Amino acid sequence: MALILKAKEPFRFYTRLHLSELTGLRATTLDQLVKLIKDVPGSCIYHHTHRFLQQHQFFSPEPPNDFAYWVSEILGEKELGERLASIDIMQFAKIHDLRERIISVIEEYLKEGRFAQLKFAREGEEFYFIKSVSFVIPTNHVADNLADFVEIIKKITFDSIYFHIFEARLRLEKKANDFSNWIENSVGNKELADELAALDPYTRTLDDLRSAIISIINKKLFEQ
Amino acid sequence: MIKLEEYIPIVGQSVIDDLRLIATRLKGKTIQHINSTSVGGGVAEILSRMVPLLQELGVGARWDLIKGGEQFFEVTKKFHNALHGYPGEITKRDFEIFLETSQQNINEVDTCGNIVFIHDPQPIALVKRRQGNKWLWRCHVDVSDPNEKVWNFLMEYIVRYDAAVFSAPSFSRRLPIRQFLISPSIDPLSDKNKELSQETIDRVLLKYQIPKDKPIVTQISRFDRLKDPLGVIEAYREVKKYINCRLVLAGGGASDDPEGTMVFTQAMEMAKKDKDIHVLLLPQNDIEINALQRASTVIIQKSIREGFGLTVSEALWKAKPVVASNVGGIPLQVKHKYSGLLCHSIQGASFAIKQLLNSPAYAKKLGENGKEHIRNNFLITRHLRDYMLLFLSLYHGEDVVYL
Repeated sequence: MALILKAKEPFRFYTRLHLSELTGLRATTLDQLVKLIKDVPGSCIYHHTHRFLQQHQFFSPEPPNDFAYWVSEILGEKELGERLASIDIMQFAKIHDLRERIISVIEEYLKEGRFAQLKFAREGEEFYFIKSVSFVIPTNHVADNLADFVEIIKKITFDSIYFHIFEARLRLEKKANDFSNWIENSVGNKELADELAALDPYTRTLDDLRSAIISIINKKLFEQ
Repeated sequence: MIKLEEYIPIVGQSVIDDLRLIATRLKGKTIQHINSTSVGGGVAEILSRMVPLLQELGVGARWDLIKGGEQFFEVTKKFHNALHGYPGEITKRDFEIFLETSQQNINEVDTCGNIVFIHDPQPIALVKRRQGNKWLWRCHVDVSDPNEKVWNFLMEYIVRYDAAVFSAPSFSRRLPIRQFLISPSIDPLSDKNKELSQETIDRVLLKYQIPKDKPIVTQISRFDRLKDPLGVIEAYREVKKYINCRLVLAGGGASDDPEGTMVFTQAMEMAKKDKDIHVLLLPQNDIEINALQRASTVIIQKSIREGFGLTVSEALWKAKPVVASNVGGIPLQVKHKYSGLLCHSIQGASFAIKQLLNSPAYAKKLGENGKEHIRNNFLITRHLRDYMLLFLSLYHGEDVVYL
């Protein structure tokens, strides 16, 4: 039962709670949207590319960014909406790079000579820029081995899963998620670490993501 | 008194553990809520649950009221309507009355909390008492298109606060202070939202002489022009041409709302020739509201403006299909065609009601989705968490705070 051997370092679970801070900035047209995307803080880009995941954690996967939703549903630019929704966020290790990609997708679309520049949102349906203020707090949950780890995963909040999978990876600019890092470096199971790192969290609900993590680890425990 | 652990079966142990974790960071602080009424309306309802829960978490919390006479509350009602963009003249005398009463309260209210949390415009001027403590202004009103005269008057006070809190993104504008988005919430264990037996529901229907012989469409709201009860009757009449149903318009009054009686009388007048319309001015009785919501086939909230619209959360929590205006905080609660139907007009409302009455399976699915959405985003446990983070943010200016 190698997988329940004590890890080199214990894994301390953190939780990350967020508060939405309003900026008072709003866009009515695509031109305004792209201009503001260039100027707003990174925490705004983070908020609008990750908000759906938390607010609709039980819904079937939603377009994981607010820009895609607004462009499609409010401006009626379905094609651009699809292009924005299909940006592969997993590719980006930095918010800066994700921001650049969003800007280039919108600017390319505008250059294609469509009438998109003429579209504007009705009053009250403008795009409102919001930023996330994150509070990172250590929880009382600590795992010394994989068996404990999977038991804790079953009961921690979505916020905690979110912190270790999304926040650590992108906002805090770590290359892989925290779970994979620990399993590779402290448990010493690179194969399992790689399997968890390969999960695309952006196309699942948080509930499904939790189940997938539990299932992958349990499978390894069972194989032992 | 409801205890935190009673929420565990609803939201899970870990959510409560997180609340306890955050609260440890607020030990020794006292939060002083101040508003203008202890009963009626959403603010008083939330505070009556929030303050004891904060205390149970070990955070000092108290709740104080300002005083005001009839004239003062008439003026603040005018302010309220004006902030919602409703036309109406605000005179120089109105501002004078507001300032006179405010000054009396400034002289009398002890603002001793480490954090003074002011709710709505009525007590806004208390910030003139500000000394070394932190001050928050909580705006529960839809200020997406306010009367500029009133807004500019209030701005003189708003800028003196550390931060403002709004219920929907569309209420925000450029301000020289920080501003946060925090939605209000409902308490699933309160008399208004807890599970009821069929016997209790039937008893309330019997009391108000509402037979169960046909589908019931209900709007629960104060009798307030901005809730558009007359528009609801018009929408019902359109529905009634095709589907035999009943309409229940029920609500109480708030002690700071002198306009309610007039709107109630207008609704009674409009409804008097139709025995299937039940216009009920209810005393403060949450069990009865709960029962009426649970007895309903469809719930409507056809507000013209809406600070947030907690009645929508209440209805969705009971897994009821909802038709609601696309205003204020309602679109945060209702995702169109997923957790309810949004409308923009009387015609739109009647069309949506017809759709739901004619398609019970679709209506049921919307209600079920709505309930999960409320569980995740609009229960008091989430609200408590956001408020505690808000209090902490007053002591931390950065975007990522390590505690």
